[in-house]
Amino acid sequence: MAKRIGMEVAMAVAEAVALCRLDMAAVYPITPNTHVAEHLSDIVAEGRIDAEFLTVESEHSAMSAVMGASATGARTFTATSSQGLMYMAEVLPIASAMRLPIVMSVANRAISGPLNIWNDHSDIMYQRDAGWISIFGENGQEMIDLAIQAFKIAEHKDVLLPVNFNMDGFQLTHMVEPFEMPEQSEVDKFLPEYVPYATLHPDRPVTMGALGMPEIFNEAMQGKDAAMVNSKKVILEVWKEWERMFGRKYEPVASYRTEDAEVLLLTMGSMGETAEVAVDELRKKGKAVGLLKLKLWRPFPFEELKQAVKGAKVLAVLDRAVSFGGPGGPVGSEVRSALYGEADRPAVLDYLIGLGGRDMSVEDFIAIAEKASLADKKKTKELYEFYGVRGK
Amino acid sequence: MNMPEKNPQGNIENFDLYAPKLVDKEEYFSYGHRACQGCGEALAVRLMCKALGKDTVIASATGCMEVVSSLYPTTAWKLPWIHVAFPNSAAVGSGVEAGLKVLRRKGKIADRPVKAVAMGGDGGTLDIGFQALSGAMERGHDLLYVCFDNEGYMNTGIQRSSATPFGASTTTAPAGKASIGNKTWKKNAPEIMVAHNVPYVATACHSYPLDFMNKVKKAKKMKGPAYIQCLSVCPTGWRINSEASIKMGRLAVETGIFPLYEVENGKYRMTMELPEKLRPVEDYMKLQGRFRHLRPDQIKLIQDRVNLEFRLLMNKVEHSLSWLDKDWEISRGQTSSIG
Repeated sequence: MAKRIGMEVAMAVAEAVALCRLDMAAVYPITPNTHVAEHLSDIVAEGRIDAEFLTVESEHSAMSAVMGASATGARTFTATSSQGLMYMAEVLPIASAMRLPIVMSVANRAISGPLNIWNDHSDIMYQRDAGWISIFGENGQEMIDLAIQAFKIAEHKDVLLPVNFNMDGFQLTHMVEPFEMPEQSEVDKFLPEYVPYATLHPDRPVTMGALGMPEIFNEAMQGKDAAMVNSKKVILEVWKEWERMFGRKYEPVASYRTEDAEVLLLTMGSMGETAEVAVDELRKKGKAVGLLKLKLWRPFPFEELKQAVKGAKVLAVLDRAVSFGGPGGPVGSEVRSALYGEADRPAVLDYLIGLGGRDMSVEDFIAIAEKASLADKKKTKELYEFYGVRGK
Repeated sequence: MNMPEKNPQGNIENFDLYAPKLVDKEEYFSYGHRACQGCGEALAVRLMCKALGKDTVIASATGCMEVVSSLYPTTAWKLPWIHVAFPNSAAVGSGVEAGLKVLRRKGKIADRPVKAVAMGGDGGTLDIGFQALSGAMERGHDLLYVCFDNEGYMNTGIQRSSATPFGASTTTAPAGKASIGNKTWKKNAPEIMVAHNVPYVATACHSYPLDFMNKVKKAKKMKGPAYIQCLSVCPTGWRINSEASIKMGRLAVETGIFPLYEVENGKYRMTMELPEKLRPVEDYMKLQGRFRHLRPDQIKLIQDRVNLEFRLLMNKVEHSLSWLDKDWEISRGQTSSIG
């Protein structure tokens, strides 16, 4: 039976990755992800796992090196944040195009400028279309679970795509939380050995990363999209299996007290827990408010979202990134687009909150829910609103 | 190796008898690729592969050799080969080396050595890929990096790189009324690699095939990082006739512009005997369209620079000769025995 322990979340993620019998990791330091890399290097240095650990000279090389190792058939991992993820940007879509099942933890942090090391989701949103499966966790337990699930999803023969799992920088990475760490035997049972489709080896030479002319490029892109869309089935299966084995349930869109709710809040990441408290407070006052927590960002769970919002009058999306001069936040515009064809859809309001580590209290979520409840579907003109801007 | 002179018909007698002892007859970089006529780089890659043999994995940077060889669904590569992007073949190669090492250790692949080799052009190596190269060399991977130096961004249309020689006219450093062409001296990358304290650094040229292949074989045997910079004549970019590639490579060496040497564990050694007096650089430059605009006083400037650099190199070679192997091994051993 799994032990209940307390540990910093970033270190716990490294422990979870080590339980996956990792072959190789390449990392470059960046706040607030660094503790993942540091702790993983401790685990390797103590001889607890047999893995190659590369301390490369940049994130671009970190991703490039894990790609090289993954192409030989190794189980690989890297971790980064913000500017580091931006620096990797050139190679991220190549990793997915080459169908390399790399796993990466992203400690979400605002992208510069101004320079800011604190949490929002602007880093991963910049990489939205890189063709990576992208999952958000809410607390330490979820981050551990996602780390292990990520390898199983990525390496599944019907998926073979890289996976990033996202944890809010500081607000999650640096928290000491209690959780259940699975036993090695349990992880071994859950996660089979990686069987690659093709590898770089002279016994069976292959050419990887060939030049694609216009004649095949549409097909290559369609293939990548199909792989992404089809991965959802596997993700759901993996989550079912996880629930059977460990008793913890994962859903693309998790619902909290949504029964008969007129107003729904929608969060991604660690703010879900604070928003839950706000919903409890509002329910105490008799307000019909519920909460949706979006866990699966790519592939986007269109059907699950449509089901989850049924009956609600207002959906207040809490976005932690900005599309400047665009429709607001990336989650808000995605949700609007997903619900556009629905006859009876709620009014979608988009609040840009918690940017660059700006704190969001229970009172803030209550204020947003109350404000949203006044919105009229027909009269709502503003596409989005920056919440909590001083001097406004 | 003066066989053609001994046999004026141009046929090399008993070639099939002797050649297999010198050169692997297997083609790992096959014909049918789309390189230009007379491409020195394609020849160099072919020779490198022959020297490396079957148990090799190659990580290639974006560039001429990648686009001419891997046009989907065709491939010229009979060795396992991966291309990811322009600046990162050294990093990808590092990962390949790490992957092969750990999988072999864990018994997941065959228990025999497979060499990881990374390659790129001079742009992908000395400019955009320089950071990744430095990292890979510094980390001590068992990795051979071969830079195929054609002295410019030839794949994108003859732009200048940090390996472009002084005075060459390129499409981004054109000669004109107010410009000599490229205004900077060629970056001395082999010297920077020597400063990384790697066990093996060498310069080479496809016009000296056995010298090049011997260096590749030597580098393959090294346990640790090795760097070879192979001057690869580009008829298109240098504006020469395509049949002049081999000759141009030889002239680059005979004029001292691109001397062939190796640095093994810090010791310099010339690998090609040169005449007492080097040929004038003009012999090399006057044949190339990229230098056509240069005036005699400008060529004199280049000659002086070549003389100086050659003398500096010879100083290092002579200095290396004065070392006692015993002292050298002791000093190297001290660092390599830690950890």
